[in-house]
Amino acid sequence: MSEVSVGRWRFPWAALAVALGGALGALARHGVALWSGEAGFPWSTLLVNVVGCLLLGGLTVVVETSSVHRLVRPFLGVGVLGGFTTFSAYLVDAGGLLVAQRPVGALVYLLATVVLALAAVVCGAGLARRFVRRATPTAGEVERS
Amino acid sequence: MTALLVALGGACGALSRYGLDGVVRRWCASPFPWGTLVVNLLGSFLVAVVTGWAAFSGLGPAWLRPLLVSGLCGALTTFATFGQDTVRLYTSVGWGMAVRNVVVTVSGGVVAAVLGLGVVFLLRT
Repeated sequence: MSEVSVGRWRFPWAALAVALGGALGALARHGVALWSGEAGFPWSTLLVNVVGCLLLGGLTVVVETSSVHRLVRPFLGVGVLGGFTTFSAYLVDAGGLLVAQRPVGALVYLLATVVLALAAVVCGAGLARRFVRRATPTAGEVERS
Repeated sequence: MTALLVALGGACGALSRYGLDGVVRRWCASPFPWGTLVVNLLGSFLVAVVTGWAAFSGLGPAWLRPLLVSGLCGALTTFATFGQDTVRLYTSVGWGMAVRNVVVTVSGGVVAAVLGLGVVFLLRT
């Protein structure tokens, strides 16, 4: 990593990566919303949040088990996936269902998003663990070969 | 133009989340993800103020929603980190803490949004 430093001041690469990632993540979320159009149920936010959780679950395993560039986490994790997924739109959507006199729908939406998002984090982490294991042979496999 | 506003708001939102999370982390060292909770509650309050204000006073200027709602509040808040934090709390601390994180975040977000709407209502009357 080439660090640009003037005296004790260091260029905040991580903050730049977060901002750039956040812009890309928000744009992608906006794109999904445009693509899905108006529906009776907020599928767009649900899809964005579940997919974002799946990817972050996987990314966290990759970052923690293999040596990746130090800006990967701020850019992809904090920036792109943090900006892609949203908690505010989740609440606005639930409020919209309430305003449309669908309290049961609002409750189902609030609960379903949490359950699916947590399941997605676990699935993403599991898939990534499989992938990482296949990519880096274990000590036993190295001995056998 | 709309895409540019969303991207600008998204960059500001993500950067604010990164900064706030860092400040909260330094402030209180705890396994409980206070930083994520703070940004999600703050974003819920803000989004309620903006959408509430827009609903009370017609639709507001056209740049308002993409910049502040989709961009800033959308990226200031996060669901992925909340999910990741919850799973981590379950594996490192246990069920109780993970459930507490979900309950506090979701109910806290609803309360923050209602407070935001309340502020708009008070300022309008």
